[in-house]
Amino acid sequence: MINFTYTVWILIIPFIMFIFLGLAGHKIGPKLSGLLGTGALAVITALSYITAYKYFFATPKAGDVFKAILAANTTWLQFTDKLHIDIGVLVDPISVMMLIVVTTVSFMVHIYSTGYMKGEKGYERYFAFLSLFSFSMLGLVVAPNIFQMYIFWELVGVSSYLLIGFYYEKPSAVAASKKAFIVTRFADLGFLIGILLLSFHTKTFDFITLTDPSGPAIAQAGGASFLGLSVITWSMIFVYLGGAGKSAMFPFHIWLPDAMEGPTPVSALIHAATMVVAGVYLVARMFPVYSLAAPVALKVVAYVGGFSSLFAAIIACTQTDIKRVLAYSTISQIGYMMLALGVSGYGGHEGLGYMASMFHLFTHALFKALLFLGAGAIIHAVHTNLMTEMGGLRKYLPITHLTFLIACLTIAGIPPFSGFFSKDEILAAAFQSNKILFAVEYAVAGLTAFYMFRLYFNIFWGKETQYQHTPHEAPFSMTIPLIILALGAVFAGWIPFNKLVTSDGQAFESSIEWGVAIPSILIGVLGIFVAMVMYRKENNIPERLAATFKNTYKLAYHKFYIDEFYLFVTKKIIFRYISEPIAWFDRHIIDGTMNSIATVTQVVSFRIRKFQSGQLQQYAFVFISGAVLLAVLMIYIWYW
Amino acid sequence: MNAGIPIQFFLILATLMFFVGVYGFLSRRNLITILMSLELVLNSVNINFMAFNRYLFPHKMEGMFFSLFIIAVVAAEAAVAIAIILNIYRRFTTINVEDVDEMKY
Amino acid sequence: MNILTFFVVIPVLTITGIILVKDIKRVKLVASIGMGLQLLLAALLVVLYIMQRRAGNTEEMLFIKDFVWFKSLNIHFALGVDGISVAMIALTSVVVFAGVFASWEMAFLTKEFFVSLILLATGVFGFFISIDLFTMFLFYELAVIPMYLLIGVWGSGPKEYSAMKLTLMLMGASAILFVGILGIYFHSAPDGEPLTFNILRISNYVIPIQAQRVFFPMTFVGFGVLGALFPFHTWSPDGHSSAPTAVSMLHAGVLMKLGGYGAFRVAIFLMPEAAKEMSWIFIILTSISVIYGAFGAMVQKDLKYINAYSSVSHCGLVLFAILMMNKTAMTGAVLQMISHGLMTALFFALIGMIYGRTHTRLINEMGGLMKIIPFLSVCYVIAGLASLGLPGLSGFVAEMTIFVGAFQHPDLFHRITTIIAITSIVITAVYILRVIAILLLGPSRDNQYEHMNDAKWYEKISTVILIACVAAIGLAPFWLSSMIGTSMQPVIDKILAVNPF
Repeated sequence: MINFTYTVWILIIPFIMFIFLGLAGHKIGPKLSGLLGTGALAVITALSYITAYKYFFATPKAGDVFKAILAANTTWLQFTDKLHIDIGVLVDPISVMMLIVVTTVSFMVHIYSTGYMKGEKGYERYFAFLSLFSFSMLGLVVAPNIFQMYIFWELVGVSSYLLIGFYYEKPSAVAASKKAFIVTRFADLGFLIGILLLSFHTKTFDFITLTDPSGPAIAQAGGASFLGLSVITWSMIFVYLGGAGKSAMFPFHIWLPDAMEGPTPVSALIHAATMVVAGVYLVARMFPVYSLAAPVALKVVAYVGGFSSLFAAIIACTQTDIKRVLAYSTISQIGYMMLALGVSGYGGHEGLGYMASMFHLFTHALFKALLFLGAGAIIHAVHTNLMTEMGGLRKYLPITHLTFLIACLTIAGIPPFSGFFSKDEILAAAFQSNKILFAVEYAVAGLTAFYMFRLYFNIFWGKETQYQHTPHEAPFSMTIPLIILALGAVFAGWIPFNKLVTSDGQAFESSIEWGVAIPSILIGVLGIFVAMVMYRKENNIPERLAATFKNTYKLAYHKFYIDEFYLFVTKKIIFRYISEPIAWFDRHIIDGTMNSIATVTQVVSFRIRKFQSGQLQQYAFVFISGAVLLAVLMIYIWYW
Repeated sequence: MNAGIPIQFFLILATLMFFVGVYGFLSRRNLITILMSLELVLNSVNINFMAFNRYLFPHKMEGMFFSLFIIAVVAAEAAVAIAIILNIYRRFTTINVEDVDEMKY
Repeated sequence: MNILTFFVVIPVLTITGIILVKDIKRVKLVASIGMGLQLLLAALLVVLYIMQRRAGNTEEMLFIKDFVWFKSLNIHFALGVDGISVAMIALTSVVVFAGVFASWEMAFLTKEFFVSLILLATGVFGFFISIDLFTMFLFYELAVIPMYLLIGVWGSGPKEYSAMKLTLMLMGASAILFVGILGIYFHSAPDGEPLTFNILRISNYVIPIQAQRVFFPMTFVGFGVLGALFPFHTWSPDGHSSAPTAVSMLHAGVLMKLGGYGAFRVAIFLMPEAAKEMSWIFIILTSISVIYGAFGAMVQKDLKYINAYSSVSHCGLVLFAILMMNKTAMTGAVLQMISHGLMTALFFALIGMIYGRTHTRLINEMGGLMKIIPFLSVCYVIAGLASLGLPGLSGFVAEMTIFVGAFQHPDLFHRITTIIAITSIVITAVYILRVIAILLLGPSRDNQYEHMNDAKWYEKISTVILIACVAAIGLAPFWLSSMIGTSMQPVIDKILAVNPF
């Protein structure tokens, strides 16, 4: 048995760095802060790679199965004898894979940020927040129990909040950060209720116990039921709500496009590669429970994922802000991963979808981070987010152009880039189990290729725009991460995920299903071709098309008015019809009752005080009448 | 010497005096007159004491003593009351009881 | 001399010292030294307590001391602490210490202000160390009365109205409470044996159920009013908004906890049978409180009102958890009292400091303060995050303990109300972020604020100590939670003995 205790440092180092940069950042200056933050990330990236190597290749497997290893664990808070929150590190295939993803992308983003954020006010603060995010995300990834996951889940939420609102003087950034936090918080409410339900019935938070196929959670599948579904199913649906919120699944997707208000490297790190896939990771983490005990919940996951991927892809075709296009593309791709999980079974080749989902998560992290960082380099060069104000940039930004093209080809699923492999596995998995979702995914594949190349051609080809300053290629600190990620995006497809990351830890055989793959490649190529026709040279086809499908276009352009609907619910219903009446009720009814008690007392006292008239003879009269009355009364009693 | 007068006569006299006093106390507005009415009330009590002493316990003197005490106390009280009335007059330049209502609410 | 008596002696000595010294500077010096000593004493008490427990002392209450005070009615000045009161004492000393520094700029009748403030603190300390109902009540009154002066004399806005309202409502509650306490006293022993006010003694005897049914609601409501039980909470928004900074801190931070602590120590501990029977009424009321306070806070415009409603919501959660009557939830209730005490004190301190600079408390008259006064703004954000239950800060620990505990209740009714209470975490997030967004972020709204200075040294002391405590509890809750949980065990044993679930 190899000792993994050192993995706790993966958590401790960024935490210390956050505290240090947060408290002393402004004293040591921006340069040193950036260096320290990046250095810390380099260390934990190295540690993660060592862990991955040791786990996958140097640890003897027990009967061909990758076992989950509890590297460290300490009780953080005791609730009852059985229920306690532990903080620890769980090393198993998906956590190791996520460690790689998170540290790699985070490290790249750190390097990139030293260039991108140069000269910004609050540079130290930025790196402190990045460290906080890395800490929270890694804590989430290695969580050995669901409550630790919830803790770090909240922490990534808040680091996302802080980073989206990094430019806190910009009202739109403030609003976006608030929205992101509240929407995900609402989803987390579901997560928390799910945890509580689950813990009530299983008396444990521990992942290893929960996901044990013969453990309490799965054994209780046929237990108490509510509205026709078992309690476990309900709790898993609630848990999924949390995942859907973080992963921006419909209908919680509204925060993600707005979150693009944050600095672009943050979008790359948090809102493309790592945090938003936390929902997928959560479902994957609980996968045995979903698959064996709550198939209905898993169906929900699949359909919501499928719907979101289609929905977001349609919207992405109409947006003009390049970061927003990428954001909708992220939603769409995460929908893919969710769908893959949803159609997967447990164990062996049945678990193809699970493996495909994790595979796609991995490759997506690389190419989406690459796309965002590329977009950052573009924005850095031309100082605008709108693709309508760009065009012909391929001459000015050669490296960015090349890497961006690679990323676009990858996401479009063109072989031999990595996206092809992972997408093919997903399609194959969907093909096996659900033909409707499979068809949806074909459509999405085409749309994806179309909107990505719409973006690509609009930025790098199309009409020549006159720029105020000649755009220039980004500095090395920014291009190096692009190149590294591009290499990753090209070659990651060859990683044998079916040997390493599978639903039950056992390797299984899988190969490319050419019957599924060839049509998908063709659809991808078709999408690219359409985009090329429409956007490569300046022409009026897009306008004509938009005019032909006016209503549909408008609907998609306005994101199907979901934001307006939410705004209506929150502003009108919650504020106007719940909060304000309550505040009014409190001031006027409840407090009014208290005040009226006081008023009544006062009025009565005012009346009563008239008796104290100061008239001597009046007192005497009352006194004597009283005396006479008493006398009469006594006589009456006496003689009766 | 007074064997022929029944006790009721004395009591009726005392009662009349008492209620005259009470009436005067309640209806008069002049503080001096009120004081005088008060004297009537007290003296009616004295008459009662004397009458009961005489008719019920002729060999004892408690009723007499009590009357004497009352007379003494009333004298003192009258002195105090008149002093107060004088002060009131100095302050309010009136001895009308209705105008002296400083002690109301 | 017993260590606990020092908790009353030091404030009294401090008051004497303040009266004796002449100028304002020395008054503040004496006050801060006195309360600093008190803080050290509290730290010492925590250490001693933990050492005693480590040494295997399993008595229910430690450091017990008993002075006869009024023989014929068997009133004692009886002292004793368990983990819960130790935690509350530590909280109080921290908040009072921070409060002294937060009122450093008090210029009007400074001496009298500090005297009243520390008198109030004396009452609170006395309340937490007493185990005799009568002296407990006496200290309770001692804590409430100076509040009238503190708000009425040093307050702002409609201060006389608020002070009067607060005092009258709390006094009305005390009257009911006192009837309840006397009711307990007259049923505190079997026929023929001497009656007692001693809580430990009473807890060993089962008060007849008929008496419990009458006196449980009385004591619970009596204490509940101070703990902002719906619908008797309306003194809180007015009182807080009129009170000067340190008084708001102490009041929301500590005094409201007297309500929760008393409801737990007197109402539930002594009369568990009636509590079991009647808890459903109060559970409904408190879960309303939790949601209602949060919604109420959402549309307020005055910073202090927002906080006052937020206190209604959070203190509602305390009472809610107490009524769940299981170990985890009640431990959570105590944690929540401490956590809320610290963070609300922090909030009020910061509001006072911001008000001192901008001279307004209406959020939409301010904006973009983050750029101008970064230190205070960051502190405010931390307080806000603690309040909305961010892991790593104390609010999360307390709320999660309550929710997990309450949800373990086998009864469906309790679990449904728990879910209702849980929804407050979202609403809390909404109003906290709303305030942060309007008040601190965005562009600066008024350039007359551009020249404000950031925190002074005494303001830094005040906020940093509170933040340190909030973070310490949030990061390492285990020791505190287990200290409280261990002390909770006898209470739970007693409740379980009469009502096995």
